[in-house]
Amino acid sequence: MLDANVELIAHLMRRAGFGASREELEARAARGYQATVEDLLNPGDERRLSDYLIRRFHPELSGMMGPLAPGENWLYRMATTTAPLQEKMTLFWHGIFATGYNKVIHGKALSDQTRMFRKHAMGNFRTLLLELSRDPAMIIWLDNQDNHKGAINENYGRELLELFSMGVGNYTEQDIKECARAFTGWTIANREYMELRSQRDSDWPYGRISWHFEYHPEDHDDGEKEFLGERGNFNGEDIVDIICRQPATARFISRHLYSFFVADEPPVPEWPYTPPADEEAIEELSQAYFDGDYNIGAMLRVLFNSDFFKAEEARYRKVKSPVELVAGVLRLTREFDRPRYEILERFSQASYMGQILNNPPSVEGWHTGTDWLNSGTLVERINFASKQIGDATKPGIRGMVDRICAELSDTTSPERLVDACLEEVGALGVDEDTRRVLVDFSSRGGDNTDRQHIADVLQMVAATQEFQRA
Amino acid sequence: MVSTSKERNLVVIELVGGNDGLNTVVPYGNGLYYDNRPGIGIPQQEVLPIDDTLGFNPSMREMKALWDRGELAVIKGIGYPQPNRSHFRSRDIWYTAEPETIGSQGWLGAAIRDLDPRGENVLTGVNFGRGLPRAFVCRGAPVASVGNLETYGLLPDIDDENVRLHALDALGRMYGPEGGRDVVAQALSENGAQALMGADILRTAPELYSSTVEYGDTPIATSLKGAAQVMSAGLGARILYAQHGNFDTHSNELQTHAKLWQDFSAAISDFTDDLKEQGLWQDTLIFVWSEFGRRVRDNGTGCDHGSGGAAFVLGGSVQGGQYGQYPSLREADLSEGDLAYTTDFRSTYATILDRWLGLDPDPIVHGQFEQFGFVAQ
Repeated sequence: MLDANVELIAHLMRRAGFGASREELEARAARGYQATVEDLLNPGDERRLSDYLIRRFHPELSGMMGPLAPGENWLYRMATTTAPLQEKMTLFWHGIFATGYNKVIHGKALSDQTRMFRKHAMGNFRTLLLELSRDPAMIIWLDNQDNHKGAINENYGRELLELFSMGVGNYTEQDIKECARAFTGWTIANREYMELRSQRDSDWPYGRISWHFEYHPEDHDDGEKEFLGERGNFNGEDIVDIICRQPATARFISRHLYSFFVADEPPVPEWPYTPPADEEAIEELSQAYFDGDYNIGAMLRVLFNSDFFKAEEARYRKVKSPVELVAGVLRLTREFDRPRYEILERFSQASYMGQILNNPPSVEGWHTGTDWLNSGTLVERINFASKQIGDATKPGIRGMVDRICAELSDTTSPERLVDACLEEVGALGVDEDTRRVLVDFSSRGGDNTDRQHIADVLQMVAATQEFQRA
Repeated sequence: MVSTSKERNLVVIELVGGNDGLNTVVPYGNGLYYDNRPGIGIPQQEVLPIDDTLGFNPSMREMKALWDRGELAVIKGIGYPQPNRSHFRSRDIWYTAEPETIGSQGWLGAAIRDLDPRGENVLTGVNFGRGLPRAFVCRGAPVASVGNLETYGLLPDIDDENVRLHALDALGRMYGPEGGRDVVAQALSENGAQALMGADILRTAPELYSSTVEYGDTPIATSLKGAAQVMSAGLGARILYAQHGNFDTHSNELQTHAKLWQDFSAAISDFTDDLKEQGLWQDTLIFVWSEFGRRVRDNGTGCDHGSGGAAFVLGGSVQGGQYGQYPSLREADLSEGDLAYTTDFRSTYATILDRWLGLDPDPIVHGQFEQFGFVAQ
C-alpha cells in the first residue's frame, strides 16, 4: 500500500501543481514535505526553452492573431514547467481577474497579461493590483479607456472592488464612483487607432501590435475624493493602497485561495450571503496577508503547512478544472518533451470540457467545482484521460509499463497490479468500491506482464471518479 | 399551443465564419451590388431569382426548390445594434442573445431547461460536434454532444471488443446512479450514469432507423443524418444543433462559397426527404444563421467581416416568403462600409421560441421583440 508521506506529497502536488508521477513524488518525499513547499514557493529560474526559440520554430504556439495560440503556449508551459506552483498561481489569478478574448480581441495583449500574472503570481498583492490596473487587456476588457475626467466609466472601478479585491457589501456606490474618478486617465497608448484595429478584426497585413499602458494627466480627475472613509486627491495608486489595507481585502483573497487550493467555495456573488466553510482558516490566511505585508507567497506557505490543508477530509474534495486535468495528464504522458504541434489538439480537449484559456464565460471567471460537470463534459473528461493514460506509445506511459513489468511477475495477484498502476499515475488513492471494480477488471484480462493488459488497467485507472478529482 | 407543440423539433444550423449574405441572397436587380462587387459579383443571369430584384446563389438549387414549395422563409438584413466584427464576440452575442453585456446563458440551453425543467431526458438537446457551443450552455440543462453517432459514448477508442465490454461494465459500476459519499461523488455519479444511459440510448438510434435516403459524404450531411436518426428514434430529442463551414471567405470566395452552399443545399435536400419519409417534416423547423454578413465592397477575390446578413427558416409547417427588409446598398445608408441591419435577430428567436416551441421568449431573449409570421400563430 501507499506510503503516507508519499500520499501527502501527492495531495500537495495535485493542488499546488498539476499532479506528479510516482518518480517525482518519491524524489520530493525524500526531501520532505516542508522542503517541498519551499521548493514550490521558490522555484528559481525555470529550465525551459526560451520564448524566442518557441516563436522562431513554432509559430503555431506564438501566433498572436487569434484567441488560441497564447492559451496553447500556456498549456504547453503547464505541462512542462519546473515551477508548477507559479504556473498554478498564474491560472489562479486568471480565474479571478478573468479577461476574455471575446471582447479584447487581441491575443498578444492576453499573452502579455498572462506573463504579468506569472511574474507577480506569488509576490506582493499591491504590486499585482497596480499592474492589473495598468494592464492593457484589462483596460479594454473593463472599458477604462472610456473613463474620462468629468465623464467616468465605472466598469473597472466597480469590478476592482467587487470582483478583484473586497467583494460586495464592503463599500458603497459612492466609493465605486470615487474609485473610477481616481483611475481616469489610465488608458492605452494610441487608443482610438488600436481599438479600431481590433474591433474591425482587420487581419492583414500587419497582424497585431502590442498595446501599452499610458497615463494621461490631462484626462485625470485630480480633485479631492472620499474613498472608504479617507479623503485626499487620490490617484489610482492611492486607491490600491487603501484597498490593500482593508480587512475585507485580506478575507476576500484568503477565501479565493481556500476555494482554489483547499475546497470549492460557492461562486463569488454568493459570498455575502454564505459564510466560508472554514472561518478559522480564512482568519489564519488573512493574518498571514497582513503579517507578510500583502505577500501572497507568505499566505501560501501558511496554507500548505496548515492542518486544514493537510487533513484527510481535504483530499480529493475538488473537481479538477479541464485545464488542470489536461495539463496533469500531459505531465504523466510526457508527450511534450519539446513544443509539438499536437498541443493544439490537447488544448481543444480542454475546450470540449468547457474551459478555454483566455476566454472565460464572463468577468466573473469560471464557475468551478461540480459546475464543471455535465453529461457532455464528463464524457470528454473520461475519454480523454483514459485514452492518453492507456497509450503505452507515450514516453511517460511506456516508462510506467516498463517499471510495472520489471517489478511484477505473471504470478502476482490482480490486486498488486491495480495498486502498482494507482501508484504510477501519482499515488492515486481510491475508495474500496473503486478498487474492487479495478481488480475485477484486471482479473478478467491477460496476465500481469502482458504490456497491453497493463496499459488497459492504467486506462481504467484514469477512468475512475478519483482521477477526475484533485 | 403548448399541447400541440409537444412533439415539435427545432434544428439549428450555424454557418460558421460569417456567411456572405450579399452573395447568398443576391440583389441582382441593384446596380450598386455590381459596382461594389467587381471581383466576386454573381452575374445576373446565373442567380436563381426569388423575385424581381433578389435571387439565390446558383449553388443553392435545392434551397430554391424549398422556396418554390413555400417551405422556406428568408430573413433579410438580420443583425443587432452596434455590430461587432469579431467572430468570437459576435458568435457569443448570437449564442446568448445579449448584444450589450457579456452573457453566459445560451438561448438554446435556456429553451432546453424550459422544455425539460426537471432535466428528465438527457437527450432533450443534442449537439452534433465536439464540445458545446455556448448557445447550449445553461445551468440545469442536460445536453449530449455527439462527435460521431456511430462511435458515440464512453471509451470509444478501445479496439478489442472484449476489453471494451469489460471496461464499460466497470464504468457502469464506478458511475452508478445511486450517488456517492459527497457532493462531488454525487455529481460524478449522476452525470456519469446519464452519459452512459444517453450513450446506450443513442446507440440504439441507428438501429431503430431505416431510410431510403442516401446522404452525401460531407460533414454537414453526416450531422444531419445523425439528427434524423435521433429524431426518428423517438428519444425525446427536441433541439438539435449542427455547424457548417468555414464561411470566412476573405479570399477565393467564389469557389469556396459555392462549394459550401452546394454541400449545404444537397444535405438539406437529403434531410428534408428523410424527414418526410420519417413523418417528421411537419413537426420540424430548421433555423440557419451566421454570426455576421460580410463587407459590401469586395477586396478582390473575397470580402472582409461585415454585418447585416441573411438567415433562413424552413420546414413543412413554415410559411415561406421574405421577412424583414433588404438593407440598402447606398453608400450613405451603410454603417462603416457594411449593411445596416434592419431586423433584430431576437425577433426570429422570439418567434421560434414562442410560436414554435410554445415557450415564454422574453426571459430568454431578454426583452420583447416583434415576431414574424413564418410560423402561424
